[in-house]
Amino acid sequence: MPDLIELDNVSKYFGNVIALTGVTTTVKAGEVTCVLGDNGAGKSTFIKILSGVHPHDTGRFLVEGDEVHYTSPREARAAGIATVYQDLAMAPLMSIWRNFFLGSEPTKGWGPWRHFDVAGAKKIAVEELRKMGIDVRDPEQPVGTLSGGELQSVAIARAVYFGAKALILDEPTSALGVRQSGMVLKYIVAARDRNLGVVFITHNPHHAYPVGDRFVILKRGRSLGNYAKSEISREELTKLMAGGAELEELAHELESVDPEAAEEILP
Amino acid sequence: MAETITAIEPPPATPTVADERLARQSLWKRLLIRPEFGALAGALVVWLLFAWQAKDTWLTWGGTATYLDTAALYGLSAVAIALLMIGGEFDLSSGVMVGTSGMFTGLFAVHSGFNFWLAMALSLAICLGIGFLNGYMVIKSGLPSFIVTLGTFFVLRGFNLWLTQNITSQTNVTGVERTGGFSSADKLFASAPIKIGGTEFRVDILWFIGLTALAAWVLLRTRVGNWIFAVGGSKEAARRVGVPANATKIGLFMLVAACGWLHGMVVLTQTGRSNVIEGVGQEFYFIIAAVLGGCLLTGGFGSAVGAAFGCLILGMTQQGIVLAGWDNNLYFLFLGVILLVAAFANEWIRNWATRAGRPGRPPDVAMAGNGAARNGAAEKGAAGDGARGEARGGPGA
Repeated sequence: MPDLIELDNVSKYFGNVIALTGVTTTVKAGEVTCVLGDNGAGKSTFIKILSGVHPHDTGRFLVEGDEVHYTSPREARAAGIATVYQDLAMAPLMSIWRNFFLGSEPTKGWGPWRHFDVAGAKKIAVEELRKMGIDVRDPEQPVGTLSGGELQSVAIARAVYFGAKALILDEPTSALGVRQSGMVLKYIVAARDRNLGVVFITHNPHHAYPVGDRFVILKRGRSLGNYAKSEISREELTKLMAGGAELEELAHELESVDPEAAEEILP
Repeated sequence: MAETITAIEPPPATPTVADERLARQSLWKRLLIRPEFGALAGALVVWLLFAWQAKDTWLTWGGTATYLDTAALYGLSAVAIALLMIGGEFDLSSGVMVGTSGMFTGLFAVHSGFNFWLAMALSLAICLGIGFLNGYMVIKSGLPSFIVTLGTFFVLRGFNLWLTQNITSQTNVTGVERTGGFSSADKLFASAPIKIGGTEFRVDILWFIGLTALAAWVLLRTRVGNWIFAVGGSKEAARRVGVPANATKIGLFMLVAACGWLHGMVVLTQTGRSNVIEGVGQEFYFIIAAVLGGCLLTGGFGSAVGAAFGCLILGMTQQGIVLAGWDNNLYFLFLGVILLVAAFANEWIRNWATRAGRPGRPPDVAMAGNGAARNGAAEKGAAGDGARGEARGGPGA
């Protein structure tokens, strides 16, 4: 079986600006591919190519063995590539079940009596969230009252329910505390175990390493490598991502305010 | 965190835990955060107030019919305004639409000699066109609907006066009751089909109840209703998951215009003449009724039934002040006070509701500096193993 997604030396230019160049990696069903990079490394461009917002310029982009050249997000979605953006596409004052089915509401009845199948929608939303390991207190709860981790998990469960094969997560842990981040990592693993291919975009190697099977490191639009987990250690990953010198500088800055934290940056 | 994370097992059945967490939201609070609760409670208070202050007339069928009729007329427009406000927009031309629809119907029927039904149909088409234009201009320009519809309001007001004065030398159109088809339209819009205790209840009360029920059904039980909440709550999010956001908004403006037309037809048939500035100034009453009914000015939340109760409050107060023999001007003072109270209450309830259930986060952290607190924790967690972060987390996961 061909890989879910394969990128072979993919590049993207905006005019004469090189947004991304020479990216090669694979996303397999049941695996997590982590894309690491600091701000401006080209992560957003990477997401936009996969989700069909911007077509790539050179290189090959294969989905399940067939070369593709997406020109709209709809094409990518139809191929089963779902993107969960940082701002999650949810209306905060609406309930969990209303948000879960927003835009794809199940209906019942015929003609003028066609209506939103409310009971069915609530039941499916609760069931699907439970499959992801989320115990919903009350499907009527407005999503604005959920914690950041819970919100991400609802968005992931929604993408999975609507037929995603590959799930692209745009910095799902960036605005979260430790416990909330841990929760999101668990849902990433849960999605992986349901045989989805997960693309986990992050700037945090400590979040990426425990869950990742494959790591792509981007820096200033260039790929610094494409490693299987067996080929790289957490320390190497961290160093590669931030650059050893920069980390030392950070540790030095932290020394005065929080020596303990500084020590932990450079073990 | 650990080097490798294994999939979480499906959570064991823990009904006791779930129940315990649910119980934290008391029945009282669940009632309070329902958008229509405030208006219902307010309507009860106002009713009791006038039952005490104007007891001779208030508890008669005649008194009831009077305030119901007033409420119903407001409601024909206000329920649509509630839907529009939930969809995140305003329409300040909704008041002048009442006079506009009456004027066009009157001119077509009396001065063009059309059958009254044809005149009504043409007038409806014009109103829908104006509604479409309102929506189209708001969507295309990206300007707040407040300013766009304020423009439409003045355009229509000026145009209506100019047109009727040129044709009739007056600011109203008379003689509609002599046109063909008027009597059947009169039955539909201005008859009094219900008689209780010798008092006639006008048909617009039925229109009002029917319209409210339909609006509530659409809002809560159809796909379009889900879209209305979504485009008001977060238009970008709605669009991204495939909701036809622009069409939903334009449709809402057209609905408001169509309901303005219905309101206009009721007034036209009840009075037998079209006063072109009919309804001017009432756009604010419609908005007040919607706010009383729990609609947020920022969209995404509210209730059609609540707006109907809001209209009931307006209707009862307007008539009650007369029946109780108070000074008429107190009506405006009262409107201002209840609008402020309702708006404050809505905001307070919304903050309360959206803060509820955030596990383990103290309110001060949840309210202020939320992002900063979280980012700080994330950085620490990234550096260490997260033990310190765990301490401030609450139950969950």
